[in-house]
Amino acid sequence: MVANTAEAKTVRRPFLTAAIQALGMLPILILLGLTFQISSGYIETGSLSSALTGGRFMSWQNLSIVAAQASINTVLAAGMTFVILTGGIDLSVGSILAASAMLGLIVSLLPHYSFLGFAACLFTGLILGLVNGTLIALLRLPPFIVTLGSLTAVRGVARLFSNDRTVFNSELSFAFIGNQTFYGVPWLMVIAFSVIVISWLILRRTVLGVHIYAVGGNADAARLAGIKVPVILIVVYGISGLLAGLGGAMSAARLFAANGVQLGQSYELDAIAAVILGGTSFVGGTGSIWGTLIGALIIAVLSNGLILTGVSDIWQYIIKGLVIIGAVGLDRYRLARATRS
Amino acid sequence: MDQTESATSSGGGRQTILQMRNVSKTYGSARALNGVSLNVRENEIHSLTGENGAGKSTLMKILAGAVAPDPGSEIWAFGRRVTIHRPQDAAALGISIIYQELSLSPNLSVAENIYLGRELSHGSIVNRSKMNVGARNVLNRLGSSINASSPVSSLSIAERQLVEIARAVHVNSRILIMDEPTTALSERETDRLFALMHQFRQDGIAIIYISHRMNEVYQLSDRVSVLRDGEYVGTLERDKISPDTIVRMMVGRELSSFYKKAHETPREREPVIFSVRDMSDGKRVKGCSFDVHRGEVLGLAGLVGAGRTELARLIYGADQRISGTIEVNGSKKEIRSPAEAIRAGIVYLTEDRKRLGLFLEMSVSENINVGVIEQDARFGGFLRRGMARRRAGQSVKSLSIRTPSINAAVGALSGGNQQKALLARLLELKPRVLFLDEPTRGIDIGAKSDIYRVVDKMAKENIAVVVISSELPELVGICDRVLVMREGKIAGEVGNAPGKTPLTQENIITIATAAFSNAN
Repeated sequence: MVANTAEAKTVRRPFLTAAIQALGMLPILILLGLTFQISSGYIETGSLSSALTGGRFMSWQNLSIVAAQASINTVLAAGMTFVILTGGIDLSVGSILAASAMLGLIVSLLPHYSFLGFAACLFTGLILGLVNGTLIALLRLPPFIVTLGSLTAVRGVARLFSNDRTVFNSELSFAFIGNQTFYGVPWLMVIAFSVIVISWLILRRTVLGVHIYAVGGNADAARLAGIKVPVILIVVYGISGLLAGLGGAMSAARLFAANGVQLGQSYELDAIAAVILGGTSFVGGTGSIWGTLIGALIIAVLSNGLILTGVSDIWQYIIKGLVIIGAVGLDRYRLARATRS
Repeated sequence: MDQTESATSSGGGRQTILQMRNVSKTYGSARALNGVSLNVRENEIHSLTGENGAGKSTLMKILAGAVAPDPGSEIWAFGRRVTIHRPQDAAALGISIIYQELSLSPNLSVAENIYLGRELSHGSIVNRSKMNVGARNVLNRLGSSINASSPVSSLSIAERQLVEIARAVHVNSRILIMDEPTTALSERETDRLFALMHQFRQDGIAIIYISHRMNEVYQLSDRVSVLRDGEYVGTLERDKISPDTIVRMMVGRELSSFYKKAHETPREREPVIFSVRDMSDGKRVKGCSFDVHRGEVLGLAGLVGAGRTELARLIYGADQRISGTIEVNGSKKEIRSPAEAIRAGIVYLTEDRKRLGLFLEMSVSENINVGVIEQDARFGGFLRRGMARRRAGQSVKSLSIRTPSINAAVGALSGGNQQKALLARLLELKPRVLFLDEPTRGIDIGAKSDIYRVVDKMAKENIAVVVISSELPELVGICDRVLVMREGKIAGEVGNAPGKTPLTQENIITIATAAFSNAN
């Protein structure tokens, strides 16, 4: 009986719970921000009393740097959210980003078709994602294995496209998205936020969204309910690939260049970390895109704040890793307590 | 006939070596066993029988230490009170169990399995050759020539069972529990097993034998104990055992007025609205054909493993079939997936609502609407949330689903309300054929009557309803006609039309267990 009443209290109101789940990590984001503000202020001014106001972290200029840094990871993490909601994983997004950026740059250098550069990025990403999805859905290979394979293979493809050289284009047709603003807001941020909003629309307001949650929650039941599970899987890996392609366009636009070896290296790990920090369940079926946004911001704040406060590169890695584990552990603890009381 | 001779003495002079007294087991609010007793004497074959869900397996799991009984339960073995908390406790008392689903490690060798947990070794190095010799000896005693060093995965089911028995013999078991050991065996293998059991009895081992098969129980047992709905009904001595008495003890209860048929008279003269021909999967369903008439509620009875669920899943396109055709209202349907079955108007309520039916973290509304959101959607895939709310609200009302709100997670509801939510999803699809697999399993009486009300209404609306159930009173109470499956085939039919075998629980059990047809 006790168990029953406890269960009955976890009544779900989709929006509210989504908000709470996202909020779950918001305090940590704010706490991190304050910490960096105070510590950067202390370093700057040398006194604790004026540390809060003297910090450089919360300056408008620095915050927009943080947002810009977060935007590519946000886009990748949005795609990753779709995949992880179905209980899968996509390890290949960093490599797909590199291959897409590379192909986009190559197309943009073609004499008459340079305007197709941006589309080439998206198209490359989409196709690679669909290949992942097809292998997973139709050959029923484990997502981890398939995308681990394409992590390596697609990286090779990116290097192959350019003969292992860095490709430049100083007159890149879509360079504005990496360097210009839209009514004062950097295009990178506009794109990232739009991706989040559209993802939310798809996940919460469309048939596809319900089917994605259903497949992740219980794939057997989904099949018996008449949902075409393979189609859903192909679509989510397609979305992840498409957004990795968009990430490629964003990177290329920022740098006017792409390098097959370095670009997007280990981006998949930051994307996965953002999704998990955002409270999406690794086994699928529960989670929200807003949480992912918070997760991506936490990672960007960490990177930026640690540099700002002069923490050495080596310690940055260690601290970042520990914060991710600690934050998720704290979240689990909080959720467990919430359901018990 | 030495076995009958030694058994007719009604156990006179033989000692009782095991007593279970007042054994109860509750899972949450469900009572699996209620004050059950069981006495087993030295060297006897004691059969334990009862319908599906009567509590046989739970009782034996308690004895084997796999399940803990409720406080107040007593077990006495060899003259003293014992507590069996863990499988090791049972093993120390000389109690071994051979489960329905065999519990060997297929990648280990025969000898390694026989010695599992008691490996012979020099220090920490396993002495394989010594184990092989030991295993060889035990297997020889059982009259088997299985190679002790070959992997278990290369053995047949019968051989694997023999390895399990060898393991039990090897630890000098004094009480051997066998749970449906013949299910997977051929006739010859069964005979060999029975010979072995007689040999064990002579060696002083008591055997508790669980089986649904009436003729086996009749042929083998020194005594038979019967359970029903988790209660102990009684024990028959050898000279009182007959298939007839056992069946009567198994069924026992009175048909309550709780059940109601949609129609008073048989519906077999009505036109056929759903028909299945020659449905096979090459494994567990063998050439099943049947028709459902307009307004008819058809029952599918049979023991667990008879192939009822498998047949329904084949028709629904959930599993691969090798043959079979389906007609709905006279037109042939190609069905290769659940999605196609739904399009053809066939829906299936799974027997396992948590694992195969519901999305537990999703809301009641989403669970009810998941089948129809696509047809309701606008602008190429956008949800119509007002429509979904209306549908969910109506279902909650008409099926009296008790939920705090339509947005509550379905996993938070009680079993009966979960079942009704799942049923609501199927009804939203406006089916023409409705398969209900164990629709009232594990739900309370109020939810049961709500579900019977739906069956009634569907039949009156001329929807073909097929009910799979292990609860015989339910089948007899709500069905117009019942097909009885046995070993993947439709073995018989009972119904109330003139000239048919009458629709009674006894007749269903008789066909399902082959109580008479196989006995001679």
